[in-house]
Amino acid sequence: MSSIILALVIGAAFGAVLDRIGATNPNWIGRMLSLTNLHLMKTILLAIGTGSVLMFGGQMLGLVEVGHMSVKAAYVGVFIGGLLLGAGWALAGYCPGTGVCAAASGRKDAWFFIAGGLLGAAAYMVTYPAWLASGMLDDILGGKVTLGTVPGSGFDGLSAIQGDLLGIVLGAGFIVIAFVLPERIVGQGEAVAPAE
Amino acid sequence: MTLNWKTGGLLLGVVFFLAVLLVKPIGVSTQFVILDGIIGNAANSELVTQTEEGWTSSNAYLAKSGGKYANSVANPLNYSFVFVIAMMIGAFLSALARGGVSRDERKLPAIWYANYGDTPWKRYAVAFVGGFIVLYGARLAGGCTSGHMMSGMMQTSLSGYIFALGAFATAIPVSMMLYRKEG
Repeated sequence: MSSIILALVIGAAFGAVLDRIGATNPNWIGRMLSLTNLHLMKTILLAIGTGSVLMFGGQMLGLVEVGHMSVKAAYVGVFIGGLLLGAGWALAGYCPGTGVCAAASGRKDAWFFIAGGLLGAAAYMVTYPAWLASGMLDDILGGKVTLGTVPGSGFDGLSAIQGDLLGIVLGAGFIVIAFVLPERIVGQGEAVAPAE
Repeated sequence: MTLNWKTGGLLLGVVFFLAVLLVKPIGVSTQFVILDGIIGNAANSELVTQTEEGWTSSNAYLAKSGGKYANSVANPLNYSFVFVIAMMIGAFLSALARGGVSRDERKLPAIWYANYGDTPWKRYAVAFVGGFIVLYGARLAGGCTSGHMMSGMMQTSLSGYIFALGAFATAIPVSMMLYRKEG
């Protein structure tokens, strides 16, 4: 039961933040991916960096349970799937999480995105055996690995570098990139804030 | 009304951190499969079945990893599924509290209007096709923007970096081709 309460609280907080940073707004997504307004990209980079520093810092201080980490496997299909997701993300202006939140905030097109998504997920469920047989779901480079070796995580490291320390360094790197990234790369003038 | 990136990024990062601290990293796209399973099982109760060891399915994907997904389909009141429902509630309340999304925007995003005019049905068709490709790709990759890119890169997982590389390699050129006008 307590896990359901946590799901409600963290889920609602996540949905509310996605709404407030503009991630559920296809105008912000379109401008970010067209490189005409990178405000949302800066938000995302800062978030990854902040999350990383807090998590690995907490682990080093013994305040965060290392066992809560969940690392996904690396395989060729991750890259192909990423290519597909990127194309659809640009086309629709939504990814799975922001799509459901946008639909909840009243955007009609997001409901069509969800309907298409349910069909796409079903199509994968049906074609999964073919992907499995193709070998493209087989682990590469060690499968479930982190870039460094995180003490006590149970996951192998791609390198022997101390994983939690590397996590803090990379996290700091994401934060620095968030600060130095220009607001606009393509086009001219002040980056314009998209309509609400 | 949109938060400054410094405030927004900090808040988003804290949410991702709290999820790992208290439960596990955030992920969303699996729940599309779970909802498909729930719908499929309602139409055909043979889809997900109970065995002595737990739940399994006639669909190989739902049955994989010891019937992990089949179990979630049979028991939808689980953390990950409720999490996505809660995301919708949170986004709904947040949008309401800031006065709601304007009527024009709800019908058609400004960036679409700027590039393709008042063509809502064309937009809905594109959103539908986009949704199909996004979820097919996310399931092939084993995660989406939340699970792979955000949670993955935050944990320095190699797969997160591979995924992000693939996603931006297509997202940027496709977006630059389709949405030339900024809206």
